[in-house]
Amino acid sequence: MSLTNERIQQRLTEKFGDVLTGFEEPFGLLTLTAQKDYNLKVMQFLFDDEELRFRFLTDITAVHYPERKNEELAVVYHLHNLQDNIRLRLKVFAPVAQPDVFTATKLYESANWMERETYDFFGINFVGHPNLIRVLNVDEMTYFPMRKEFPLEDSMRIDKDDEMFGRGGNV
Amino acid sequence: MLDQKQHIKLPEGSIEKDTTTLNLGPTHPATHGVFQNILEIDGERIVSAVSTVGYIHRAFEKIAERRPYYQITPLTDRLNYCSAPINNMGWILTVEKLLGLEMPKRVDYLRVIIMELARIADHLICSSVMGVDTGALTGFVYVMTYRELIYEIYEEICGSRLTTNIGRIGGFERNFTPAAFAKIERFLNEYPAVLKEFETLLTRNRIFMERTQGVGAISAERALSYGFTGPNLRAAGVDYDVRVANPYSSYQDFDFSIPVGTTGDSYDRFQVRNAEMWESLSIIRQAMDKLKSLPADVYHADVPAYYLPEKQDVYTKMEALIYHFKIVMGEADMLPGEVYNAVEGANGELGFYLISDGGRSPYRLHFRRPCFIYYQAYAELVQGGMLSDAIVCMSSLNLIAGELDA
Repeated sequence: MSLTNERIQQRLTEKFGDVLTGFEEPFGLLTLTAQKDYNLKVMQFLFDDEELRFRFLTDITAVHYPERKNEELAVVYHLHNLQDNIRLRLKVFAPVAQPDVFTATKLYESANWMERETYDFFGINFVGHPNLIRVLNVDEMTYFPMRKEFPLEDSMRIDKDDEMFGRGGNV
Repeated sequence: MLDQKQHIKLPEGSIEKDTTTLNLGPTHPATHGVFQNILEIDGERIVSAVSTVGYIHRAFEKIAERRPYYQITPLTDRLNYCSAPINNMGWILTVEKLLGLEMPKRVDYLRVIIMELARIADHLICSSVMGVDTGALTGFVYVMTYRELIYEIYEEICGSRLTTNIGRIGGFERNFTPAAFAKIERFLNEYPAVLKEFETLLTRNRIFMERTQGVGAISAERALSYGFTGPNLRAAGVDYDVRVANPYSSYQDFDFSIPVGTTGDSYDRFQVRNAEMWESLSIIRQAMDKLKSLPADVYHADVPAYYLPEKQDVYTKMEALIYHFKIVMGEADMLPGEVYNAVEGANGELGFYLISDGGRSPYRLHFRRPCFIYYQAYAELVQGGMLSDAIVCMSSLNLIAGELDA
């Protein structure tokens, strides 16, 4: 009766075939990757399907992998089927040069600010979002601070002349 | 934000010529935190609201990418500072899940005690502040004594009160002292009478009921669509609780029920929180009973690679010295992996999405902050209500600015 990861994978592969790749289960959480243009279709199917019923959006966030060419940015969705109490993680990879991903705001009201936050920090352009502006950072900001090209200062560095804070210049 | 056009149309039958723009917040005394709402009001009625957040954004997710794992615990304190221990435990449990560490039962139960105390402290503030916002200061001042007692218990366990940094990866930093247990016992003995009296003050109070019933109501469907979790979702009638759905820290060993409401309005949220405090008291009592049959000197798991050794051993034993050095310098061996772990925070599902590449800091850490997600619904909740209802609605949602802005 209850839904299993194998069953979800089977249903999704029947429906989408090659669009979905990278099925794995880290710590028991079914994880899969969809092609960039299919994220909304997959989520719509997961939402509408009477057996799958993933109707609760837990989280949207992104990850920056600068070394992956043409798929530098990963958008990560965590979905939850509350009836069967099973979670699913959906990933979509987009190139950093043109990070366009379809919005999920039509499916979930909660996606609105989550996508704004993801845009704010990673610059993902959610196509079709009603109000894609920054949410936590100042509106005047011109860059996307969570990308890896903006590293924080290495706390282990020793070459800094900073006598006020106990780090001499000639170490 | 200010120049953004709101869809302002005067409602049918309005006698006003124009709507008034009112800036509620960011530092209004009735908003209990840094929340700004630009309201368009028709007389006293709210036509539309635009929320601005981010005034105390501190980039914790970015900072976490440079810190060793054990140094991230203090960052989590500063998310929901009304129930910091739950955040600490949530983070520690996430790392332990990544590393595959199994805790002894006694550690789990001690954690449950501390998390439930934190839940009571958090609900206590929220429920009593609702009283303040409806004009009853007495209840707030009265129950504050017992929040103080809870803070003294934290202090007895970890040395600090508000930003606790309680617990370590692999257990607790030290065993609970007899004084801590005595204070927990005192709390369990005295608090029920106080909570009962507090409920008597407000639950059937005519003024309080008129001010909260039907205010900020949301249906179960809308609440789910808006990503509500925790007491706010349960007030709308959905019995989702992470402690039951995905038990962590041995919550499956406890017998408790999940209170739910029906209408999802401010009054139901208040009722759900009060009922949850009774459940938390019962959980703490059960945990105290279970502790009696367990060896009293176990307060951490036997994982020398991740848990700091006794200081005595560091001076005398080679392995202890090596592990001590590695852990303090943040060089403990972390496993690569991708993990999502959620705990039932005081205001909803608090999730930690952690990607580790095996390095000294997380490759990516994302906090799923419940109130950031459900605060989106605020504009819809207050629309059509009175200005004074907006204040009550905000305090009933249990919004914590530190968590919202991360």
